[in-house]
Amino acid sequence: MSLYVDIKKDLGSFVLETQFAADGGVTGILGASGCGKSMTLRCIAGIMKPDEGRIELDGKVFFDSVKNINLKPQQRHVGLLFQNYALFPNMTVWQNLMAGLLPYEKDRKRAVESIEAMIGKFCLDGLEKHKPGQLSGGQQQRVALARIFLSKPEILLLDEPFSALDDFLKWKLELELADLLEEFGGSTLFVSHSREEIYRVCDRVCVMDRGKSSPVIPVKQLFEVPRSRAAAVLSGCKNFSRARAAGSRAVYAEDWGVTLEYTGEAPENFRYIGVRSHYIYPVLSKEAPGQKNTFCCDVLRVIEDVFSIVVILQPKGVADLEPKENNGRIRLETTKEVWQDFCRQEGFQNELWVHMGGKDIMVLEGV
Amino acid sequence: MDWYPLYNSLRIALISSVIVFFSGIFAAYYIAKLPPILKGILDVVLTLPLVLPPTVVGYFLLVLMGPRRPLGAWFLEVFQTRLVMVWYSGVFAAAVVAFPLMYRTARGAFESFDETLAFSGQTLGLSNTYIFWRIRMPACRQGIMAGGVLAFARALGEYGATSMIAGYTPGRTATISTTVYQLWRTDNDALAFRWVVVNVVISAIVLLVVNLLEKREKASRRSSGQMAGRG
Repeated sequence: MSLYVDIKKDLGSFVLETQFAADGGVTGILGASGCGKSMTLRCIAGIMKPDEGRIELDGKVFFDSVKNINLKPQQRHVGLLFQNYALFPNMTVWQNLMAGLLPYEKDRKRAVESIEAMIGKFCLDGLEKHKPGQLSGGQQQRVALARIFLSKPEILLLDEPFSALDDFLKWKLELELADLLEEFGGSTLFVSHSREEIYRVCDRVCVMDRGKSSPVIPVKQLFEVPRSRAAAVLSGCKNFSRARAAGSRAVYAEDWGVTLEYTGEAPENFRYIGVRSHYIYPVLSKEAPGQKNTFCCDVLRVIEDVFSIVVILQPKGVADLEPKENNGRIRLETTKEVWQDFCRQEGFQNELWVHMGGKDIMVLEGV
Repeated sequence: MDWYPLYNSLRIALISSVIVFFSGIFAAYYIAKLPPILKGILDVVLTLPLVLPPTVVGYFLLVLMGPRRPLGAWFLEVFQTRLVMVWYSGVFAAAVVAFPLMYRTARGAFESFDETLAFSGQTLGLSNTYIFWRIRMPACRQGIMAGGVLAFARALGEYGATSMIAGYTPGRTATISTTVYQLWRTDNDALAFRWVVVNVVISAIVLLVVNLLEKREKASRRSSGQMAGRG
């Protein structure tokens, strides 16, 4: 099972230029809304036509602008799960499932057997005569997936499958979906803007930013060592500063006005550093001075979140540095227990010393 | 009372609304897919009869179909029959005047159709013909039917263009609307009043059908909405 995509399409506000290969398992496409993820899936399915390029699945050419090949969606055997599930509103659940089977199964008796088996597998018993409008979001998704499975696709494309559901349902459906994907066995492309979903569901991931795709990497690698600022943003990092080299394994963080040492790898032409909010630690003022990677900040705000404390900081002396990325602000996040404990020892101050571990500083490419 | 005008009016309205029904759907479906500029031009041309005075439409039809005009002359030579001042001239007039109503209502219905339904049908391997007849048309059914009924009502009430191209010949080209005018002009108030009543009754029935269609659509929407909310 291998999918190869290398396409270009002018989308008006930007050009979609995506290139990646996916073999087996679940490959995620992670990107912000409107970055061209859905359009990529639609090009693979054949309902949109790229301006140029090539799409190939297991040696079967779907699209090739040079050889003038453009297979109809009906000839591609691709299962695309739409964001709104796209169930036919005028048909019952049974008729919807029948529509998925119709082009492939002419034998009436066998068709009925397959549908009954699928209804059992997707827990749709008793809903056969319902119209899609009478089903909950989760049920609609199951019908849509069952319909796709009945058409026996070579590859499964999932377009933000959980975006139409509320948080509580999402969790339950994600578990169900993971089981179903395992059973499907073929390759799956999973498009989402949620890094958590991608982290939990996918084996590998391709990050997309304004139509540009980056190489497919294992999911763990994206979250542990992102290479670019865009990838770091998508992996959830919130603190960035422009940076320039300041000796070997040290950078000067221009927006924070401090020099920091790092232990990881740095890309050749790095422009930024990023540090996750959870990896910035408060330090007692009596222990701080002289420590590496430790500096003093003004406390701008302390925000109590549901399970954590968020402290918004501004490094001392950066108020005069212009212009600044994010106003040079730093977001520190910690558990309530740790914060209370710290405040008991330190007393509440308008200033706070913070420490960033050398291994937690991500040195990043960017524009 | 001679019932010929009623018979003639109904036959003209029925034939023209059947023509308009299919051509309107066809035009709405294909014009929606055209590039914007061509679409804009065709849209103006096809909607023009809705805003032009019917006498202007009648003028254009006469210019086209009169016995000494290109189309009319050709028809006379080949089929030995005139296109104007016969009962079916009324069909031409009614069809042209009613067409924009069907076209615009059908186009509105097609435009509000969720295109992802067609896309998902294609990826499932369903043929485009199946998608059109089994998915697109049922989803747009209410709008298309309302358009058909409106076109029928407009065709039934057509006066201006009809009087120009078909004239008024009792027992041959007379329709309800031209009859009412003739009777009024010749001081036959009582008979004119009877035809007015007939016309009002038919129009009221047509509007009642439109309302029922709309109500049913709303009801089905509401019930499916409630179900979804509950689920």
